[in-house]
Amino acid sequence: MATENTRGLARLMLAPSVGLLLVWMIVPLAMTLWFSFQNYNLLNPANVSWAGLFNYQYFYTDPAFFQSIWNTLLIVGGVLLITVVGGIAIALLLDQPMWGQGIVRIMIISPFFVMPPVAALVWKNMIMHPGYGVLADINRALGLQPVDWFAQYPLFSIIIIVAWQWLPFATLILLTALQSLDGEQKEAAEMDGAGFVSRFVYLTLPHLARSITVVILIQTIFLLGVYAEILVTTNGGPGYASTNLPFLIYRTALLGYDVGGASAGGIIAVILANIVAFFLMRAVGKNLDK
Amino acid sequence: MNLKTLLLGTCSAALLCGFANAETLTIATVNNGDMIRMQGLTDDFTAKNPDIELNWVTLEENVLRERVTTDIATKGGQYDIMTIGTYEVPIWAKQGWLVALDNLGADYDADDLLPAIRSGLTGEDGKLYAAPFYGESSFVMYRKDLMEKAGLTMPDAPTWEFIADAARKMTDRTAGINGICLRGKAGWGENMAFLTATANAFGARWFDENWAPQFDQPEWKNTLDFYVKLMNDAGPQGASSNGFNENLALFQQGNCGMWIDATVAASFVSNPKESTVADKVGYALAPDTGLGKRGNWLWAWNLAIPAGTQKAEAAEKFIAWATSKDYTKLVAEKEGWANVPPGTRSSLYANADYEAAAPFAKMTLDSINAADPKNPAVKPVPYVGVQFVAIPEFQGLGTTVGQLFSAALAGQMSVDDALAQAQQVTTREMTRAGYIK
Amino acid sequence: MARAVSTRRTVVFTIAAWIIALILFFPILYTIITSFKSETEAIQGFGIVPSGTVESYAAVQAQSNYFKFFLNSVIISVGSTLLALLVAVPAAWSMAFSPTRRTKDILMWMLSTKMMPAVAVLVPIYLIFRDTGLLDSRVGLTVMLTLINLPIVIWMLYTYFREIPGEILEAARMDGASLWGEIVYVLTPMAVPGIASTMLLNIILAWNEAFWTIRLTTTNAAPLTAFIASFSSPQGLFWAKLSAASTLAIAPILIMGWFSQKQLVRGLTFGAVK
Repeated sequence: MATENTRGLARLMLAPSVGLLLVWMIVPLAMTLWFSFQNYNLLNPANVSWAGLFNYQYFYTDPAFFQSIWNTLLIVGGVLLITVVGGIAIALLLDQPMWGQGIVRIMIISPFFVMPPVAALVWKNMIMHPGYGVLADINRALGLQPVDWFAQYPLFSIIIIVAWQWLPFATLILLTALQSLDGEQKEAAEMDGAGFVSRFVYLTLPHLARSITVVILIQTIFLLGVYAEILVTTNGGPGYASTNLPFLIYRTALLGYDVGGASAGGIIAVILANIVAFFLMRAVGKNLDK
Repeated sequence: MNLKTLLLGTCSAALLCGFANAETLTIATVNNGDMIRMQGLTDDFTAKNPDIELNWVTLEENVLRERVTTDIATKGGQYDIMTIGTYEVPIWAKQGWLVALDNLGADYDADDLLPAIRSGLTGEDGKLYAAPFYGESSFVMYRKDLMEKAGLTMPDAPTWEFIADAARKMTDRTAGINGICLRGKAGWGENMAFLTATANAFGARWFDENWAPQFDQPEWKNTLDFYVKLMNDAGPQGASSNGFNENLALFQQGNCGMWIDATVAASFVSNPKESTVADKVGYALAPDTGLGKRGNWLWAWNLAIPAGTQKAEAAEKFIAWATSKDYTKLVAEKEGWANVPPGTRSSLYANADYEAAAPFAKMTLDSINAADPKNPAVKPVPYVGVQFVAIPEFQGLGTTVGQLFSAALAGQMSVDDALAQAQQVTTREMTRAGYIK
Repeated sequence: MARAVSTRRTVVFTIAAWIIALILFFPILYTIITSFKSETEAIQGFGIVPSGTVESYAAVQAQSNYFKFFLNSVIISVGSTLLALLVAVPAAWSMAFSPTRRTKDILMWMLSTKMMPAVAVLVPIYLIFRDTGLLDSRVGLTVMLTLINLPIVIWMLYTYFREIPGEILEAARMDGASLWGEIVYVLTPMAVPGIASTMLLNIILAWNEAFWTIRLTTTNAAPLTAFIASFSSPQGLFWAKLSAASTLAIAPILIMGWFSQKQLVRGLTFGAVK
């Protein structure tokens, strides 16, 4: 009987969240779907008409479309790779005894507190600029040619900037997980003569699996929507080298003011995101059940 | 406890605001120096109009454009006065989104406005739909010392041939000197403003009379070939991500022999507080190729009133104040003649004090007067605008083409490929928008 | 000898950690340094020692009233966090302690509500806000940010609650504690660290949200992200001023983060312990 009660209560407690999110999902989605079947340019509101599937066809045949999907995935994958690997490495390091650990930790988590547009502006003009960026200064001091980051490696540069913002998040979560690793277990493994590598592979990594999964899931959601950094740095160029799906939608929505086209793009993006999420769940989701 | 006090403080402040019976104007503006200066000087206005309060929303250009366009198109009603460019005015006026400025007052003297600027803001009904706050064209800024060192003399009206030759001679990369700095960052208001204007001088145009895109024509190939080769030989590193500000910084630091850009840049490069080369800068008209058009653009930031605001009368009072001759005098008194917003009124250029304070004044005026938005290209065109095409589709289109051209500049795409793709995307977009039947 | 080895190890780790930390912190440090330069010094790059001028801060304050934006940021980020917690705590609680077969699906679905790119829904949302009179209101923005961050908040709380051992609940029940007593005396104390760090994380996310906070506000509700947007890339030199504005915008959250990093870390387990 107690369980019956609890179950009813549990549903009641869950209801507000589910209800709110349901509304929050359905209303914009329904409106976006509706607009995606309309010829609707914001700058020409008198000319709204039924478009059928034309907006989808138009968005899909955009010369930048396939590259933008590829770039979207590259950004997600690249940033995940850097933040997860880097996050584990830094977490392992921070877990060791050292002097000034508090200050070190503060410095490492700080990038997470910086607003994305500020981060992009700082990186673009003060760090990576081939004329007066710090990296160019370093290159010149070493007698090398400064690298023109945004022309030669546009996507990579953006991945670096975004990864810088997300590295602290991954590090923090992984560090917390690492610190919860049983000290006795660690010592026992050390006593057994297990080297650093085997301890890491057989003890630490399995222990971290769940946190890594969470990092990947949450970051993926945010990374699929990256566009502010692109807008500030390369504007999607040169060519379409740094155009990802959100940027393509931005160009349609806020430069072309083509509400119909942008809505179709938004629906396509949602479908793609769900495909990514599906594979992601199959790949790493089992870790969540532990 | 501190937080509590703080919260209480704001609440009471908010209440006071609510009860004050003054009319509050919300003004959206771009964060350029002249606008910021205006914000600082508004005491003069509020002293004369105690029943009007001003609320400023200052934003970076791209964000501002996004915000005001979304708001006016959805009739959001968030602003009473909007700062908009020459590109928006004709499009919005045609939609009936702007209030005609009929009551600017007897002493406003609209005939004093520079004809080129004024015609861009006048609707088909002959009414003014926005008042210019400051205007600009583009011209050549060059280093007199480097020009001399290269053994050359800059004519007042150079050709592109001369500019290219001089740029290559001035370049000395070991000394950090690039012969010429030009925009390369993708964007309709970035590299495409410069390239569209330059293409005019090369005899190219965006569209023929039937709205057929012209990127497959030899004139565009000449333009882009010339530009890419010149920048490779004499341009700065990282040119494909340089816009106005990046080039300004390079020029001020002495890294550019020449720079072709907005005339307002002159007040920055000649300001000894900011610029290391302030006393060495000369000016010349934008270059041509002998075909009869110079690549000098025309732009103005203007104040306009969105249709639907309840406060049109007060808003018009403010606009009359901010774009009047008296405002010019006020700035001159408080901040000096060099800081007066340029490029809108003939009377300013007849003023000897201004001439003395701004050595680039005459060249600016000549550049503005030489621009002809109604006939921008050598061949006839169906559109208005020198460095843009005043149709709603241009922002998106210009940015896409800009991406392709910046790839050509960065060497990631050949000029031919860039042009072929530009032709393709433009045809696609124009077909969709119904221009091409 | 063991001591000597461990000292040597500590030295190595310390050096390595400091190098990494300094590299990661450098962009922020550089921004702060640049904010104390004049504009001409700022443009000359890293080599120039700042003159320690505060003219940029003065210029920034003269142009925009920092305090107003700051206050909006505080109200909106704290408000949306509290609101989100109010809704999310019961939900996470129920999913953690009465899981059903669909719990995981519900969680994934919640996360998937974040997948719609914001730019694609700007116009629909703007229209809704216009019709409900929520444009440029703190209430509207608070609700917006609550909805955006709710899935993350529920996730964090859920993973944290799941680590509270069920046996403790059993024991409390055996002792005859009511459900209420269970929640107040047994679970709440154990959940505090998780709630605290969720709160902190959410405040950070809300503080830094730079799409909706700029698009849905004009003056009354404009937070620090809008403040920044008025200093990025104007014509002319702006590095020192932007750095000063950026420093002002991130300082409160940075200081909060520094002081609360222990709490932040403690609750950020995301289900790592089990």
